[in-house]
Order: sequence, then C-alpha cells, then structure tokens
Amino acid sequence: MTIAIIKYNAGNTASVTNALLRLGITPQITDDPAEIRAASHVIFPGVGHALPAMAYLRERGLDQVIRSLTQPFLGICLGLQLLCEASEEGETACVGIFKSRVRRFPPGQKVPHMGWNTVPLAGTGLGEGTPRFYFLHAYRADVGADTVAECDYGGAFSAVMRKGNFLAAQFHPEKSGKAGAALLRRFVTS
Amino acid sequence: MLAKRIIPCLDVRHGRVVKGVQFEGLRDTGDPVALATRYVEEGADELVLLDVVATQEARAAFADVVAQVARALSIPFTVGGGIGSIETARALITAGADKVSVNSAALRRPGLITELSDEFGAQAIVCAIDAEQMPKGWHVRTISGTTATGREAVAWAQEAAHRGAGEILLTSITHDGVKQGFAVDLVRQVSTTVPVPVIASGGAGTVQHFADVFLAGQADAALAASMFHFGEIAIGDLKRQLQRQGIEVRLED
Repeated sequence: MTIAIIKYNAGNTASVTNALLRLGITPQITDDPAEIRAASHVIFPGVGHALPAMAYLRERGLDQVIRSLTQPFLGICLGLQLLCEASEEGETACVGIFKSRVRRFPPGQKVPHMGWNTVPLAGTGLGEGTPRFYFLHAYRADVGADTVAECDYGGAFSAVMRKGNFLAAQFHPEKSGKAGAALLRRFVTS
Repeated sequence: MLAKRIIPCLDVRHGRVVKGVQFEGLRDTGDPVALATRYVEEGADELVLLDVVATQEARAAFADVVAQVARALSIPFTVGGGIGSIETARALITAGADKVSVNSAALRRPGLITELSDEFGAQAIVCAIDAEQMPKGWHVRTISGTTATGREAVAWAQEAAHRGAGEILLTSITHDGVKQGFAVDLVRQVSTTVPVPVIASGGAGTVQHFADVFLAGQADAALAASMFHFGEIAIGDLKRQLQRQGIEVRLED
C-alpha cells in the first residue's frame, strides 16, 4: 500500500500526514504524476482559495492527472470543491468529476462555517450513525447527483461526494477526532 | 446542527505549561503534549496554545511545542502570542497550527490582519481582543491588557472581521480570573453584529456560566483555562450538562 498526498500550492499536507502517521501509515507527499499514478490510494487535501489552486494544478497538468486516476481517491475540504464543475470563488472552472457547483454560503450565516457539525453516514459506505466532523470553509458544493451525505448550515450542502473511485469530504477527517480517524482508516483499507 | 465549541487554553512558557495544573494520572502536568492529549480525550473541541513569553528565543521552543502537539492531536488548534508578521505566522502554521491568533500587533498595524488573511485564508486568522468595561462601554486594551488603545471593542471586532479575520477571540479583562461568569452583554453585542464566529473568554467558573454565554450571549465557542486545569469540572461532564439545557454539543461515543 502506497498512499500519495498530492502536493500543490493549496495543500495543507502536514495535518493529513500527521493523521496517517497516527494510523501507522507513512504517506508519500508528491506532485510527480508518475508517483501519483503508481500509488494505491491518493489523497487530495486543500486549504485556501480555489482560483490560484486551479491555476497551479492546470500549469502542471495535475488536473489531467487527477481525471485519469482509477485508484481510491479522497478529496478533502477545498479538495472536494476542486473536484466539482466550477467554483464561485474566483469564478473558476474546476476538475469536473462531480456534477455540482461550488458557491458561497447564503447571507445570514456566519462565515466561515466553523466547527463540529453532523453528517449522516448511512449509505455512504463510510460508517454508521450521524457523527460530528470538523468543518472549516466559506464555500460549499450544491447537493447533486454525486452527493452521498448532506450537512445543514443555512440549507443543505454536500458533506460527502462520491463518483466511481472518487470520494471527497467537505469536512476535515484529519482533524475530526475518533470519527475522522475511523473514516481515514476505512479509506486506506478500501 | 453546528455544535457550540468548548476550548481549553494552555499558556506556554519556554516549552512548558504554566499556571498550576492539577490532574490526577498525569505524570508531567507541565508537558503541553500530555495536557493537550488529556483534553482531547475529555472531549475538547479545539485547543488554544498561547506563548506567554514570545521573545525571539522563546519562539523557537514554542514552534517545537506546536510541532509536537500537531503530531499528537486529532483536533484543530490555534496558537498565539507575539505574532506580528507573515514569517512568524508561517513558521507556526508550517509547524502544524491550524489557526494563528493576533492581538497587539494587529492593533499597532491593522493591515496585518489583511496580509495574513490573504496569505493563509480568513479561516486561519483569529483576532484576539482584550476588552475592559468602562463607564461608557467596552474599550480595547493591548500588550497583555496593560495599555489602553482608545478603541471601542465592538467597532474593533467589526473592523477585524472586515479586514479578514475569520474568528474573534473576545476576552473580558474585567471578568477574567474572577469566575463570576462571562461578559454576556459584550459577547452578545459582538456575536450579533460581527459576521464571523466568536469565542467568549474570561470569567468561566460554573456550568451555568457556559450555558449563559451560549444562550444569552450567543457565543459560538467558549474558552477557559484554570477551570479545566484545576479539574474543577471535566469537559465531558460540562458538555453533558449543557446538552441537558438544550445546547448543541459534541459528545463522542
């Protein structure tokens, strides 16, 4: 098993690396397409702004690399948003795996959506019950055909999305205590 | 529904937790990693680590503590104390901190908030505000509360959010250490007029104080130090009692 974490300008790779190390797994942090393709699992974290992140991925052809992957893939936070069709943040087209658009939270809510919110896991293949996970984001993906779990904050948005080998979480499993560790363990053993 | 957060605060001096810490079963109560881990097990939702020395030499030791805590902790944490530049913030974020908190340096030069927010994103920038109750409202103090700034607290909180802070850590100097409850009126004024989450700090002494600041004060999170350090109440017990009052909290298991 080789877990590759995609290295780019918006990837907060340290906290995901620490979370995997706590599970006894040493990941490979890389932006080399060959290493990414060769990995058994790929993690795509993300913290920051969609526009410069997409520009960086395109410059290096990493958006094409991501589209071509067939192994289990996990996007986290901005990583989920970048897998959607387009984002309102900087009005950028994204990688286009999931058929949803990313928009800012509607007015009337405090932004960022920060803290522990509930996500029903039934039917996601990621566990049972309705655990709380840690969210920290100002934009969110619309609920669509690829949404497998919703969260509510001023309306429903996509908490977990899945299409084929592509799985993504809007929350941070690497910062979500036991519930997050269980989800990561399930992903790396998938 | 989003849970109200309970946040213990650890004051760190030269790599050690200061303030007496009385915890059964903790062999080294001055070890920040041991204490942080204990709080996570008890159910803390986030942690705040403050470098109370924040001199150049202390900063290196603090960054080392931050890296150790980041390796051990499975929940987010904020670090603060003497952060006045992108470089200082970057060192702590690279070490593994999720958010950095700015206070005096932002009062000296408010543009710092925008610079940090543009560099790391608003979600990573906390503006800490130390407020004192005066006959005509709440005033902001700086340099560990020693110096008046002439700024009004609610206006400064609004400006900080406008400049790019993603969260406000609001401490009432008037209430801090007295254990007679949070500054509920101030917290409500800030929380209802600022578009970002607000952490209330200063004055926690009982479960009811937390309930009041969440229900009447509309705080998004509440921070305490000595109440948890001295084991006056365990975080899990606090949360279960808050839940009984209808307050949304995170309970594991």
